[in-house]
Amino acid sequence: MPQNLLLSFLFHVSIIAIAIVSFPFIAKKPIDIPPIVSVELIQIADQTNIPFAPKAEKIIEKVKKEKEKLVSDQAPPKKVKKEKPDAIPLPDQEIEKIKKIEKDKQNPKIEDNKAKQVSEFEKKELFDPNNIAALIDKSKENFAETNIKNDEITQSDDESMKLSGLTLNEEDALKAQIFGCWSIPLGLPYNENLLVRIKLKLKPDGTVIQSEILDHARMNKPGQGFYKVLAESALRAVKLCQPLRVPTTGYEKWKDLQLNFDAREMLEG
Amino acid sequence: MKKIKLIIFLISLIIPLKVFALIEVDITRGNLNPLPIAVSAIYSDKETTDALKKEIKVDQIGNEISIVIENNLRATGLFNPLEKKAFLQKPDVAHLKPRFEDWSLIKAQALITGKVEFKDEKVRVEFRLWDVLAAREILALAFTTVPNNWRRIGHIISDKIYERLTGEKGYFDTRIIYVSEEGPKTKRIKKLAIMDQDGFNIKYLTLGNELVLTPRFNPTNQMVTYLSYFKNLPRVYLLDIETGIQEVVGDFPGMTFAPRFSPDGKKIIMSFAKDGNSDIYTMDLENRIVERITNHPSIDTSPSYSPDGKFITFNSDRSGYQQIYVMKSDGSRVKRISFGNGLYGTPVWSPRGDLIAFTKLHKGKFYIGVMRTDGSGERLLTENYYQEAPSWSPNGRVLIFYRETKSNSDGEGFSAKLWSIDLTGYNERQVITETDASDPSWSSLLSN
Repeated sequence: MPQNLLLSFLFHVSIIAIAIVSFPFIAKKPIDIPPIVSVELIQIADQTNIPFAPKAEKIIEKVKKEKEKLVSDQAPPKKVKKEKPDAIPLPDQEIEKIKKIEKDKQNPKIEDNKAKQVSEFEKKELFDPNNIAALIDKSKENFAETNIKNDEITQSDDESMKLSGLTLNEEDALKAQIFGCWSIPLGLPYNENLLVRIKLKLKPDGTVIQSEILDHARMNKPGQGFYKVLAESALRAVKLCQPLRVPTTGYEKWKDLQLNFDAREMLEG
Repeated sequence: MKKIKLIIFLISLIIPLKVFALIEVDITRGNLNPLPIAVSAIYSDKETTDALKKEIKVDQIGNEISIVIENNLRATGLFNPLEKKAFLQKPDVAHLKPRFEDWSLIKAQALITGKVEFKDEKVRVEFRLWDVLAAREILALAFTTVPNNWRRIGHIISDKIYERLTGEKGYFDTRIIYVSEEGPKTKRIKKLAIMDQDGFNIKYLTLGNELVLTPRFNPTNQMVTYLSYFKNLPRVYLLDIETGIQEVVGDFPGMTFAPRFSPDGKKIIMSFAKDGNSDIYTMDLENRIVERITNHPSIDTSPSYSPDGKFITFNSDRSGYQQIYVMKSDGSRVKRISFGNGLYGTPVWSPRGDLIAFTKLHKGKFYIGVMRTDGSGERLLTENYYQEAPSWSPNGRVLIFYRETKSNSDGEGFSAKLWSIDLTGYNERQVITETDASDPSWSSLLSN
């Protein structure tokens, strides 16, 4: 008897605990209190007793001068001579030029010397492909970050996605695209159960990786010619339409998608 | 222990799991545009081309067969054969292995290729149907026949392609029997004529000495029943197309008209008029026994069997106006099915069994329409000054009928032409005939 009572008690406690954890709307949300920022209130006199820094004045003047120099030293744009059409090198000349370039390339010593001649300051200004690559990598990282941020479902999206997984706008866009691609075989009877369900695996850009007719066995059964024709037309529509107009976000939700093709409404007229 | 397991089970039910349900999107609409199809010329080598040119006086036999297929498919309104000039691949190479990228580039969704050979005085035509988007062959067949039958091969190939792409049987390897009309309206010469469904290979079965009307094929397409005025007495006749032998159907003491075969071809159903009353009768062609089906003081005419032979539709003015009725094949359980405004006539049961086609006259205009066999879902497909006598294609998708134009008091400007319309009501086409034409009747498929 006391064992049963204990079990019952434990069960009830666990249910209540799980309910509190599982159903957040039961528990009252704590009010979000921003982190406390401490502020010191200091009384400032009309005249300060902080002495004027003579070093700072020098630095400021130096920077001003440098700025002025930069502006004045800017060279005017070079006048580029327009090349006459006659200046197109003859094939022989071209070959010579190519040979010359090849020579230069095949002499790495000269390049090494040049590199040594430049100062440490100028070195930084030199073209460094590694830096560019690093920049590209950085930009990729940034892009990935923004993508991750975009993948987060916003509050407005979340509300409508609770029901279908796609917002109405997204679903309409996809439907409209497939409507245009699907040529309905008009010879089909409207009074038969002809519903073709196709499961798709999609890439993030809407390209179809795999398409599978869920009731595939029906296609090869005798007397199911109409179903086969409808299924083939639906597959053609999917292939013709890709990449499908899928949302730019929430790939995990729609990477597997099921399209239900039903032509009865159209065939009935 | 069991209780603990139960508790764990219940807890597992309560704990929510973060699993995404499969998103389903219902596609309930599509476009009704005809399917873009590329009909590549059927390849024939020089030897075959030259031999057939000598034999049947046809240049470029392969190309001619492909044109027959192309025209058939275009006439359905369901296919859009693409311009041959846009094709990037040669017919012989395409027949072996199409470059699907090239065909999808010109927006073709299906491709037909083929090859023709002439061996031992026979023509062998093979063809392949390709699904361009799926990049695979979906049908391949070959036919052998005498060279003069080359057009029929084109029709049979069209039927096979149509069936594979639409799911229903085709209607291209068929014939149409009709009344050929010549001369002024007041003095028309009417002859029985037969032709392929595309208007080729016309043959005249009668000389035009007697007036002929309403010819109808039997199910095997070897016999024709029709109405002819012999010595000014209208009678139902039977004609064997192969032998040309004709005979009067039954010995009725009056006028017989509107004949039609039963679905098994063993009986002829027709109207027999005497003393101003017209009723429906059948005659067994084996034992010549005549059976009366309706017995009513009104005019009952234009009978047509359902495909299973269990029911008959006809028109009658027993309600005061001409309307369409349905009854069992023994004449019992007569039920009126048309209730719209105007007069309804010439009901014909669809080979599919789901619809009845009819002619309707309302406010001075003639309509060709269809309704379900219980009278519901009436749809008027086409309207004109004068048109009547619809006849179904063997697959129940297209109707052929004839249309007359208005003429002045001297009969000038008058013409009668054959027209076809599909069940959508959008694909209306004139069927070209040598002369004026009326009362068409579509045969069943010559080859199955």
